[in-house]
Amino acid sequence: MLHIKCPHCGMRSQNEFSYGGDASIKRPELNKEISDQDWDNFVYNRKSLRGKHWELWQHLSGCRQWIKVERDTSTHEIFNTLKANEDISS
Amino acid sequence: MQKYSLFNLIKNALSNHQNWDLAWKDPTPKKEYDVIIIGGGGHGLATAYYLAKEHNITNVAIIEKGWIGGGNVGRNTTIIRSNYMHDDNALFSEFGMNLWRKMSQDLNYNVMFSPRGIINLAHSDAQMNVYARRGNSMRLNGIDAVLLNREEVKKIIPMADFSENVRFPIFGGLMQPSAGTARHDAVAWGYARQADSMGVDIIQNCEVIGFDVTGGKINGIRTSRGNIKSKKIGLCVAGSTNILAEKLNMTLPIETHLLQACVSEPVKPVLDKVVTFGAGHFYVSQSDKGEMVMGGDLDGYNSYAQRGNLPTLQHVLTEGIAMMPFLSKLKMLRTWGGIMDMSMDGSPIIDKTHIEGLYLNCGWCYGGFKATPASGWTFAHTIAQDKVHELNAGYSLNRFSNGYLLDEKGLGTKTWIS
Repeated sequence: MLHIKCPHCGMRSQNEFSYGGDASIKRPELNKEISDQDWDNFVYNRKSLRGKHWELWQHLSGCRQWIKVERDTSTHEIFNTLKANEDISS
Repeated sequence: MQKYSLFNLIKNALSNHQNWDLAWKDPTPKKEYDVIIIGGGGHGLATAYYLAKEHNITNVAIIEKGWIGGGNVGRNTTIIRSNYMHDDNALFSEFGMNLWRKMSQDLNYNVMFSPRGIINLAHSDAQMNVYARRGNSMRLNGIDAVLLNREEVKKIIPMADFSENVRFPIFGGLMQPSAGTARHDAVAWGYARQADSMGVDIIQNCEVIGFDVTGGKINGIRTSRGNIKSKKIGLCVAGSTNILAEKLNMTLPIETHLLQACVSEPVKPVLDKVVTFGAGHFYVSQSDKGEMVMGGDLDGYNSYAQRGNLPTLQHVLTEGIAMMPFLSKLKMLRTWGGIMDMSMDGSPIIDKTHIEGLYLNCGWCYGGFKATPASGWTFAHTIAQDKVHELNAGYSLNRFSNGYLLDEKGLGTKTWIS
């Protein structure tokens, strides 16, 4: 069982959350020229890192907020959690 | 190579079975090969076997980080089927079914292929309509499919829950009578033994550290046992595909996820079919030893751990008990996990890449084991002829950018729910 610290609610069990995939993927800015490759990278291509991985989770059975979680994909250790609007680099 | 036969069995019994040849050798890597296959799982071993058998290319090395058959070919639930709706998937899988049917004779190794049939249960009228459509598509492609009503299903699997007040009543099901199971380890060992006998070097405990690419062409690999040259290199590494892709500066439409399976204690014969639950994700069959072999959903988040987490197992087995309540009486013998190369449309990739001489075989999601012979056969063709065969033409890498997706389930790009 993973235990995820929701930045809004505190430490909760994995059962309350649903997964949302790689949090480092950014939708291309619509106000400029976007190549097919940019769309391809946004929609399909993933690094799927082994080791530290920033990912989106939703606290579905709690506050229903989307959050960002830094988790190790080979040990499942969780290092850090952020609110959805907080930047990963911060 | 020593043939496995009744005569040789009796002959070796006289010397207490002390004089059997080794099934495959443990060679030191040579400086150069015509073809290197990275990954000594089912697909890699099958590829090497068909390179030697169909294309007469025997100067081949299989490079395996651990031991052969230690990954997903040793961790699956052994189900073999071709009950697909889309032409590309159906024709590819049915080609594989024909290879399965003669595999034991072909490899001179008993893979215990057991075409016992698979039943996908339906729990609503709408689902019966969907199954009728899929069954019709299968039959148009020459695959056997039978649509069963509730009474017909009850005759075949009376131990399922047919009571009136269940949340997901059984309306009927779609059966592929020729589907079944096989002994998964034997498939790996059988391919390894034959490939080795035709001159393929099986190199275990040898990790690939990097690739030697110059001017858009592949020239070789760097490994923990030294550099090895080759103009043609095939990747068959399933859940580790993204790790090697990173070394090649490639980003692929693949995510690596964790899938669990489990077996119960052995019990007397009760179930002679593979059965899947239609209102969730659960499948069960009974092994020859009597264990109930079960599996279901992914754990649901990116993982390379090869070991599972209890919430998903509980969720999957809850579905199993809803479908067949007697399962709740069984003690669990063993659970385990493997890492899946989940592609963005649920279908695999067998293709050339933008690097000349580098070939890609990945994205098998849950369906890697049954595809072992067809994958090996088509990948060997792709490598030997440097062009894709019509059977794997639909499994191209660029289908994601040009829009020709093969989304059998139509679930979109959330690989963790497919």
